Amino acid sequence: MGKAKANAGPLARRPDNSAFKQQRLPAWSPMLTAQTVLPFFYGMAIVCVLLGVWLLVTVQNTHELKVDYTHTGSCDKCFEKRKDRANANQSCNCTVVFNIENTFKGDVFFYYGLINFHQNLRQYMDSRDDGQMIGRNKNLKNPSSYCEPFIKDKNGLPIAPCGAVANSMFNDSFTLLYHSAAGSRVVPLFRKGITWYTDKNVKFRNPQVENKTLTLAQVFEGTGQPLYWQKPVYDLDPWDRNNNGFINEDLIVWMREAAFPNFKKLYGVLNRAIEPFTDGLPAGNYSVLISYNFPVEYFQGRKEVVLSTVSWFGGQNNFLPVAYLVTGCLILLLAVILTAVWWKFGEFSVDF
Amino acid sequence: ANDRDYNEKFPYADNHIRTCKYNVFTFLPINLFEQFQRAANAYFLVLLILQLIPEISSLSWVTTTVPLVMVLLITAVKDATDDYVNISLNSITFYSFVLQNEKWMNVRVGDIIKLENNHFVTADILLLSSSEPYGLCYIETAELDGETNLKVRQALTVTSDLGADITKLVDFNGEVICEPPNNKLDKFTGTLYWRDNKYPLDNEKMLLRGCVLRNTEWCFGMVVFAGLQTKLMQNCGRTKFKRTSIDKLMNTLVLWIFGFLVCMGVILAIGNTIWEQKVGRSFSVYLLWDEPIRNNNVVFSGFLTFWSYIIILNTMVPISLYVSVEVIRLGHSYFINWDRKMYYIQKDTPAEARTTTLNEELGQVEFIFSDKTGTLTQNIMVFNKCSINGKSYGDVYDEFGHKRTACVDFSFNPLSDRKFKFHDHSLLEAIKMEEPSVQDFFRLLALCHTVMPEEKNEGDLVYQAQSPDEGALVTAARNFGFVFRSRTPETVTLYEMGTAVNYQLLAILDFNNVRKRMSVIVRNPAGHIKLYCKGADTIIFDRLDPSNHVLMNTTSEHLYEFAGEGLRTLALAYKDLDENVLEEWMKRLLYASTVIENREEGLADLYEEIETGLMLLGATAVEDKLQEGVPETIACLTLANIKIWVLTGDKLETAMNIGYSCNMLRDDMNEVFIISGHSVLEVQQQLRLGLMAHALEPELEQVLLETACLCKTVICCRVTPMQKAQVVELVKTNKMAVTLAIGDGANDVSMIKTAHIGVGISGQEGMQAVLASDYSFAQFRYLQRLLLVHGRWSYFRMCNFLFYFFYKNFAFTLVHFWFGFFCGFSAQTVYDQWFITLFNIVYTSLPVLAMGLFDQDVNEANSHRYPSLYRPGQLNVLFNKRQFFLCTLQGVGTSFLLFFIPYGAFCLVARDDGSHISDQQAFAVIISTSLVIVVSVQIGLDTYYWTAVNHVFVWGSLAVYFAILFAMHSDGLFSIFPSHFPFIGTARNCLTQKSVWLVIMLTTVACVMPGLAVRFLKTDLYPTLTDKVKGT
Repeated sequence: MGKAKANAGPLARRPDNSAFKQQRLPAWSPMLTAQTVLPFFYGMAIVCVLLGVWLLVTVQNTHELKVDYTHTGSCDKCFEKRKDRANANQSCNCTVVFNIENTFKGDVFFYYGLINFHQNLRQYMDSRDDGQMIGRNKNLKNPSSYCEPFIKDKNGLPIAPCGAVANSMFNDSFTLLYHSAAGSRVVPLFRKGITWYTDKNVKFRNPQVENKTLTLAQVFEGTGQPLYWQKPVYDLDPWDRNNNGFINEDLIVWMREAAFPNFKKLYGVLNRAIEPFTDGLPAGNYSVLISYNFPVEYFQGRKEVVLSTVSWFGGQNNFLPVAYLVTGCLILLLAVILTAVWWKFGEFSVDF
Repeated sequence: ANDRDYNEKFPYADNHIRTCKYNVFTFLPINLFEQFQRAANAYFLVLLILQLIPEISSLSWVTTTVPLVMVLLITAVKDATDDYVNISLNSITFYSFVLQNEKWMNVRVGDIIKLENNHFVTADILLLSSSEPYGLCYIETAELDGETNLKVRQALTVTSDLGADITKLVDFNGEVICEPPNNKLDKFTGTLYWRDNKYPLDNEKMLLRGCVLRNTEWCFGMVVFAGLQTKLMQNCGRTKFKRTSIDKLMNTLVLWIFGFLVCMGVILAIGNTIWEQKVGRSFSVYLLWDEPIRNNNVVFSGFLTFWSYIIILNTMVPISLYVSVEVIRLGHSYFINWDRKMYYIQKDTPAEARTTTLNEELGQVEFIFSDKTGTLTQNIMVFNKCSINGKSYGDVYDEFGHKRTACVDFSFNPLSDRKFKFHDHSLLEAIKMEEPSVQDFFRLLALCHTVMPEEKNEGDLVYQAQSPDEGALVTAARNFGFVFRSRTPETVTLYEMGTAVNYQLLAILDFNNVRKRMSVIVRNPAGHIKLYCKGADTIIFDRLDPSNHVLMNTTSEHLYEFAGEGLRTLALAYKDLDENVLEEWMKRLLYASTVIENREEGLADLYEEIETGLMLLGATAVEDKLQEGVPETIACLTLANIKIWVLTGDKLETAMNIGYSCNMLRDDMNEVFIISGHSVLEVQQQLRLGLMAHALEPELEQVLLETACLCKTVICCRVTPMQKAQVVELVKTNKMAVTLAIGDGANDVSMIKTAHIGVGISGQEGMQAVLASDYSFAQFRYLQRLLLVHGRWSYFRMCNFLFYFFYKNFAFTLVHFWFGFFCGFSAQTVYDQWFITLFNIVYTSLPVLAMGLFDQDVNEANSHRYPSLYRPGQLNVLFNKRQFFLCTLQGVGTSFLLFFIPYGAFCLVARDDGSHISDQQAFAVIISTSLVIVVSVQIGLDTYYWTAVNHVFVWGSLAVYFAILFAMHSDGLFSIFPSHFPFIGTARNCLTQKSVWLVIMLTTVACVMPGLAVRFLKTDLYPTLTDKVKGT
């Protein structure tokens, strides 16, 4: 600093007269005056309240129905059965009956929900190998150490998919039945198209092999299935061969770990091409036939089935409109207080 | 002495100075080692190590490494450039060994070396001989003390006879016994033993490392100190490290935050223990591998969780804090250096911030301690009046009260200085009448000084004076016909009224602050020996012959008058000496000056002995004009509630006069109390009565302080440099206030170093003050701008910066705390690891830096116009523990809203295509986006002065955030590093959702509005002066 500059002369060390160096950069100095702040507060209050009202109206037009089937009805026996780990391989089916009073108009989504299941534990979340799931052959046979101890099965084979997340995959399956006067019929559900496009097409890929003729089972040869699974990964969907392996959509949905212990995950979407479901789910009596596999009693968890329609801003969400309304009202209150204060004490004047 | 083998036996330092601390190979390890000695860096290193332990590593090591490496890199680059400057300085010259060239670093103590003109002196060298007559040589000491006038050094006569005779020099086998290495640049005591004789050595015979040889073709010298033992090196790095109060506060707060961090860690660890006990245990079926938990060792799990959370929450004290603070301070220093309004055009001197660490303290100064001479005044001395033999000369008004306008015509004297002006003709007449006392008066002025004449062309004399007083007096003598023409170590040549007269110089009894006088002993051509003495009047009057009583009374009346006009006075006296007395005294002098221990005292006693029984000649009065703008500056600073104390060595009358003329004392202050007692008791009594001080006895300190602080103005006169420092120390320790000392001379150095902030005026008295100072400029009036504009802004900016920085990091980090309650206290992070890595160093660093560098709450014109705007800094209200508490509160509140609004909105919500969005990755993107937007809006509200740079940084940071977010979540990166970028597609799938933007908007509004309302209420209900000024 302060070194003599190269240009000699009587004023060689005179600092430059630039706006930057003289701290005279042109600038905008916003001021918190009543003329700007108060209208802003009122404006924000109105915006929030209006948004809140709009959202509330929108939410009123959406429907959601939750059916807890943990040990409801005939599922009670399955619940008891799953308490004992020895019965893990025995299947157990049960049915839960419920009633829809108003027609679910539009697209209807079928979710399964879990209560008190911690998908967000650090050790749990880390226990996966994205390199394996993207189909890298190296990782397929040699999973990341993050998967410990779900890395090798008891035969010493590498597990695919490895890790605790995949291992604990939800394995109940559902059949939704509609009981109308015309008799009972299965509600058609799309079981594909329930994942993010990026997950299905980028994040999860089956292992690539040069020989295209190999079956998925052959590709996965030399790997073991996760400890708690009843089926190997290449056989998850018996009806659709292209929905197997790492790109099985139920697996992908499960692998997107929930942030909170209570969550719901998409199971299927109503196929509206078939009568009488073109408008959505008609009102009436329904039942869900459940293949009850997933034990929740260990962690005092609960399981539920959720049927829901969506609006322009997503699924049924009462929090957002209420929060907007509350915020809007609070801001309005603040604005009134500010106005009162400003009115009473007025603008200050400069006096010294 | 020139025998290397013999000298090798002693452990002398070699001349290899590593001014450059590093070389290419050692740079990395040494620099890293030094950096990790800083507590903050070491802390982050520990964190890094913790992160490598898999059981507790809640964050990938990258998150700490990237910022840490960046910080280390920036610091290392800075160190390296600093060092590079040193390297280039160190390799300028080679030195020439007798008959052989050697590199600098090979010089050893005891070597005899040859230096050539314009070469740097390579070590501390005893001058043996030179090309100039009498073994003289000239040096420039700019590198040492900044003084650019040439100084003369002279070899001992015995050694100067050696000349350039190599063989004789090689045979030179003298032995030097000297003081141990020290850092006193102006003192050296040693003795040369050679051929069974003892020769005294002092500073006059030394060439110190760092000097440059000038006007001397060559010289030979013997190395006395080399390498690190040289005075230059001994002087390095001794300056005490000053820290600002904000700095100390910051360190305290960082400690508090650590405490807070540990508390959080403990809470979460306990939470984890309980959770594992109640819930986690039953969940362990999915997490088989946790050995401790499988063994139901929940306490151990809690312990691990504690460390995991320490790692996660460490961003509360981000590593970038210290770097950002440094950058901001550096920027402020540059703004000071660049300020044209503190640039003094006459001398081509810009202001300079010599330390970059104290800027914000400039906005908190409460006490200014100012030197008078050269600080308040110009220190351009003009010989104004004199009193010779009881008659006063130099009044501008003649006896009839008419103003004399015509200047005395000095054309009779071809050697006169044309710039010199004097109005009283009677003095010249007295000279022309050849009045002996007048002649003696000017002869004394021409003889008794240390000025060096330079005569480039015939008759074109330039005096190189170390003190302007001397210059003025010698110039006066020159114009009145007693021209000091040239000097050798043993003679002084005057041209007395046109004829050359040679005086033999027998001894110089030099000036120092204790003696306050200087004498020379000369033999005139007629063979008479005379001692001429000039010095402070009190000192001289004490040593006068009793026969001078009457003269002394008249002279002291004159002196009183002179001082009353604010002039600097000196009394002059002479003494005739007897040849025998002198001879005996000279022998003792020679002996005393060869002693090593207590040489100073011995010499002082000898001087004292001969300077008695003096005959008074008269007194001189030199005018020192006030600097431009001093009264206005003082008035303005007083309005800013800064107390200004003047500490001066001058006489009471002079000091009071200056006090009146610079507005410190006003006519309406009719209670000017003067305390000038000498004994403790006397002072005590006077202190009880009134004010102004003269004593610094320990027991009186408190009384002094209390009374002084009651006063509007304090002027301490007759203080020594040490006392100046004591006064500063007294206020500094007892008042808890920020002190600033300003001065220009060597006598102010101690005060400058003692005060919180030292300001040096680069004026007439060399550069010592500037070199010791933290800030320097050329004129006192710039102090106003330095404090009221630069200091105020620095303080304001630093406070705003800290407030925002802490707020930002609390808001950022504490989200993890809330999330802990939902994720089983498992230390799962809310954000993407990359976001944690980049948040502080990329996404939010630049806007707050721009605010810290450019923000202005009020413009400079208003800062000057309303000096009371300076008050908040003194009261330290902009950032203190209360403010810190508030910003913590704001940060905690923001983090709460940031977490719970998205939680409420998304915990059970699907996308508009039905697929779910409540997964952890989507949640991370939503919260981090909200966070970045909230803190950006907040910085927008905190910025009062939006320059283009602010706009670019704020909008740019947001743009960069989204750009990086999408890049990190892109297909390409994922397919290359699947395990490092697992967030593939999250940004795309989230940020296209309307509900996400609804949530982000709601969060932003909810986080920002309360703060805005509070701020508005504050300005409306309790407007500060700043608000009022802004409102105008």
